[in-house]
Amino acid sequence: MSILSSATVTMTRAFRRNIPSGLGIILFVTLCLLALLAPIIAPYDPIEQSILSRMKPPSGEHLFGTDTFGRDMFTRALYGARVSLTVGVVSVLLGMTIGSVLGVVAGYYGRWVDPLIMRAMDVLLSFPTLITGIIIVALLGPSLTNVIIAITFTLIPKFARIARAPTLAVKERAYVEACRAMGFSDIRIIVFHIIPNILTEVLVMASLWTANAIMIEAGFAFLGLGVRAPTPTWGGMIREGFEHIFQAPWMSIFPGLCILLAVLSLNLIGDGLRDALDPRLKQAKDMG
Amino acid sequence: MTALSEWAERYRAPLYIAKRILSGIPTLLAVLTVIFFAIRTLPGDPALAILGDTATDASIAALREKLGLNLPIWRQYLDFLGGLFQGDLGTSLVYGRSVASELLRVLPYTLSLTLASIVIGTVIGVPLGILSALHRNRFIDYATRVFSLIGFSFPVFYAGIMLILVFAVWLPWFPVMSSSVDGTIIEKLRGLVLPAVAGSLGLIAMITRASRSSLLDVMGDDYIRTARAKGLTERTVLYRHALRNALIPVVTVIGLYFALIIGNSVLIETVFTRPGLGSLIIGSLDNRDYPMVQGLLVTYAAIVIVINILTDLTYSMIDPRINRA
Repeated sequence: MSILSSATVTMTRAFRRNIPSGLGIILFVTLCLLALLAPIIAPYDPIEQSILSRMKPPSGEHLFGTDTFGRDMFTRALYGARVSLTVGVVSVLLGMTIGSVLGVVAGYYGRWVDPLIMRAMDVLLSFPTLITGIIIVALLGPSLTNVIIAITFTLIPKFARIARAPTLAVKERAYVEACRAMGFSDIRIIVFHIIPNILTEVLVMASLWTANAIMIEAGFAFLGLGVRAPTPTWGGMIREGFEHIFQAPWMSIFPGLCILLAVLSLNLIGDGLRDALDPRLKQAKDMG
Repeated sequence: MTALSEWAERYRAPLYIAKRILSGIPTLLAVLTVIFFAIRTLPGDPALAILGDTATDASIAALREKLGLNLPIWRQYLDFLGGLFQGDLGTSLVYGRSVASELLRVLPYTLSLTLASIVIGTVIGVPLGILSALHRNRFIDYATRVFSLIGFSFPVFYAGIMLILVFAVWLPWFPVMSSSVDGTIIEKLRGLVLPAVAGSLGLIAMITRASRSSLLDVMGDDYIRTARAKGLTERTVLYRHALRNALIPVVTVIGLYFALIIGNSVLIETVFTRPGLGSLIIGSLDNRDYPMVQGLLVTYAAIVIVINILTDLTYSMIDPRINRA
């Protein structure tokens, strides 16, 4: 409880003074609600084809137009949000948890554990993120679970690095030494004294990386490595639309705008958090 | 001071450079090992992939023998490493040519795309950052910050498609596809503009932010106050004193983004049907051309490791205190 409450207090304080991040939260929550309520609010079926209404431009009937199979693009965009947001949130939760644990363990135990874990992370970081992801999806085959696994894998080393640095600093503090002298177990020290101190920094990165994870998932889908058709995904819709860019530009424009909005909302949240938590930036702000 | 420590003092910078370069070697070896084993766990038999489904068992066995797939795994591993040190990355299953020569053929396309993105990112990002810092909390500052936030949030392939739509379809200024990569220099450059702009959006945003915040940081420093107190004009203070230090973080941003842009080239090359490392890896995965995929991964890792070392070294040259760490 105490772990979460310190982070919550910092974050609430951060958002109260920051309009853009408030906007980001409203936007993100709206997108999540739209995704969640898709079966109720979607005007059409996302998969059912209608040859008569193929490639219709946006109108009152079809807000985002229709695709090559006559499917309503607005309905598909609503359902596409489910895939993008699930992949973004789940892969970051997994990557953050596994990566942070590895980083904290490396930083806390030092000796041979630290170089062992961090060199392994260096190896993963030696490839561009997108390339690592593509190879993992190719290894496992394209599916929702495998896309999540691939993105999680690319996020682990990033969170390990972020979590390790503050752990190194915190473990030298007097109160941690005092805990050790009182005979507290390592687990207890890590859970109650190290993690609360690194949580805010990790959470800032989590919001920014959720944005990136959504972009990576869309990229996979665009390359044909994402969730299989006919399940709608934003990236997959752009892939289909791009083939008809001359006749039906709306088929790529609208799903792209959805990605842009989702990513933008998370970047606004992350930026607001970072501004509020980085004392150096805050100082610069106060000076101005 | 002993002779040894005097020697160490004199050669501190070259020693740091040597140490940093040598530190890349174990990572590279580990990376090569991971690539070797990862490729061998990819689904499908390479011999079957070459010969197709109609192949007889005997011909598959013969090809496996020829490709060295029947050797024990440690022998294959040593052969792979031995070949690498002689510049031999194997033979492509699809093209029938050496992997190295195919990589060398497409590498310039990806590198020119990456470098062009970095140039555009710097040329636009740095002035925007300066402008934003100088007009802090005024309209230009807000506009720049909104622009960079949007640029940062644009998926690179979507940016590419929108650029095609606007500047190649609606306004026919640039070619839709980078098919002119084989034409004259002018045509090549024209074909490079849209892909490079698409690749640079995120970088413009990051450089703008980095140069803005570091200039604001530096402007508050004591030596700037001293320069002003000496009676120097604001222009001299800015260009001769502040900018030099404010631009150090930009080098780091470029270094950090290099790997990202190289990775994003997969998407940009697909959108603009350009040749390059990215379109080659997608094609090779589709064709199960595993020696080619292996060679590409080695190339990507080598580029990222070299760029990381170069970034560290450039940083230490700009800020000599780093050598002492």
